[in-house]
Amino acid sequence: MSVAVEIEARSPRRSPGRRSASFAIPLLLVVLLITIIVALTVGAAGIPLSRLPAALGLAGEITAMTVRDQLVLWSIRIPRIAAAAMVGGLLAAAGAIMQGLFRNPLADPALVGVSSGGALAAASAIVFTDSRFGEALRFLQTELLPLAAFAGSLATTAILYGISSRSGRTSIAIFLLAGVAITAIANAGIGLLVFIADDRQLRDITFWMLGSMSGATWTKVAVLAPVLVAGLASCAFIARGLDLLVLGEADAFHGGIDVERLKRISIVMVSAMTGVAVSISGVIGFVGIVVPHLLRLVIGPAHRLLLPASVLLGAVLMVGADTLARTIVAPAEMPIGILTAAVGAPIFLFILLRQRGRAAL
Amino acid sequence: MTAVIEARRLSKRVGRATLLDDVGLTVAAGEMVAIIGPNGAGKSTLLRLLSGDLRPSAGEVRLKQRDIGSFTPRELAARRAMLSQHVNVTFPFTVEEIVLMGAGERSLRDAGPFVDAALDEVGLSQFRERQLPTLSGGEQQRAHFARVLVQLACGEAEHGPGLLLLDEPTSSLDLRHQIDLVEAARRRAAAGTAVIAILHDLNLAIRFANRLVVLAGGRLAADGPRTNVVTREIIRDIFEIDALVHQADGVPYVLPQSMRAIETGI
Repeated sequence: MSVAVEIEARSPRRSPGRRSASFAIPLLLVVLLITIIVALTVGAAGIPLSRLPAALGLAGEITAMTVRDQLVLWSIRIPRIAAAAMVGGLLAAAGAIMQGLFRNPLADPALVGVSSGGALAAASAIVFTDSRFGEALRFLQTELLPLAAFAGSLATTAILYGISSRSGRTSIAIFLLAGVAITAIANAGIGLLVFIADDRQLRDITFWMLGSMSGATWTKVAVLAPVLVAGLASCAFIARGLDLLVLGEADAFHGGIDVERLKRISIVMVSAMTGVAVSISGVIGFVGIVVPHLLRLVIGPAHRLLLPASVLLGAVLMVGADTLARTIVAPAEMPIGILTAAVGAPIFLFILLRQRGRAAL
Repeated sequence: MTAVIEARRLSKRVGRATLLDDVGLTVAAGEMVAIIGPNGAGKSTLLRLLSGDLRPSAGEVRLKQRDIGSFTPRELAARRAMLSQHVNVTFPFTVEEIVLMGAGERSLRDAGPFVDAALDEVGLSQFRERQLPTLSGGEQQRAHFARVLVQLACGEAEHGPGLLLLDEPTSSLDLRHQIDLVEAARRRAAAGTAVIAILHDLNLAIRFANRLVVLAGGRLAADGPRTNVVTREIIRDIFEIDALVHQADGVPYVLPQSMRAIETGI
């Protein structure tokens, strides 16, 4: 009897939010829809909610105003919102995968230099395609930049993993410190490129470093979409493996996971997702840390739900941040990286302080 | 009795160090074996070789008459389960989620009975919804044991008697739960599982298993029934302590006399 009483007394620390886990995806979809509708209506050329259906071609009569609205929406605002949503989703999912891979809630592609590696490759592409091949091949930049950023991110992740892994074990401390060093090296490289760049190249490079959605086009959306779809599809394959990896590599193996394969797939996914996102929007930090962390508090850490939910919440945050970026200092534009860092860094510090309290680091 | 696991002339070298040297071990279905030996004797290395986690430098390990290297991780998981010494979970998984990880691709609906039984067996049924990192070390250890029991049960449901490996499973448990765990392992052996456990507590090891394997310096020092293995001489040679060996109910028990290392040659 006394044992039962003791157990009852100790059990109230249940996880309160888990019951709501099954509602997370539908709820996030609704929030994303609302955010997108708000983002569609505000901007340099305001489109009130009443004119939105007509402008989207859903209903109403065509007037001169509708034609203007349609031009604004379809050639500027919709691709931009789509790109922002996908970049946010990719960055958040990449963060969640990276944290699962390193069993550490503070791992983030931007924090450990994967984004910097991508940006260095992108900056190299800007400077060298321009000067080597001249104006004739400048159009290649659109296609080449995502590829270069992808390759840069992949190389950076591979180097980081190689440095921090020894006989199958990965040291988180070494990984994070090596990330700091890699970021410094990448920044030195970018500095060198800035030094040799001409004015136009310099503007392009600065764009990568601060992050912005202003260059979003349908072409870029077309590049992002397959990566997002492939990423989402692979999430289903790695979710259980990432769950078991929380037990450590040896125990994940004992539980039936091909750990080496899981690590390879995860690294390629993180690199692809980060690399392509960085190539479209530049370096945008903290989305990858903040989004998965907030979600774990509410829906729990199981990756089968965490990964798709991260994509959705990341999309919500990025569309929201981009809408702010293009309105708060209108007609000028605030680089989005400044906004995410201004909001994300304090949250990151908050997580760090909580962790210190629990002595989990 | 058919051999579930069979290790022949196993050696493991890392760099210049020889962790394990020419060790042979065969364990049949329904057998309970305790591995004992001082620190650095190669116990964990042997267990990791038997689990398929490490590859031997020489020799071979056969699980159910098949080379252990030829199994995929998933096939292996369906035939042997292993409880590691320390598992540190950083993310806030609940006890139920952790235990369900043992069930492979099965959902909670399919694996429910296994999960219920295992949680009941380790006495954590009331803690299902609790987040693992909020539990004490011993409770976490029991949760991981429940996970391993679920894995074993799921595997044995499809492939028959399997192999259960335990690496110092009682290290963070209180006395009652040490005995509970040993009893749970004993029930598995009675049902046909081959059980191999590393144990530091000699008396627990003697209680746990009627066959003891003694490792020292990477070599097999003794292997046999507990009454043959547990002698004052072997304990002095292997553990470097003087101990009295008595019997209670026909089972030996060890009473260390001096914790001071006996100087060699005197």
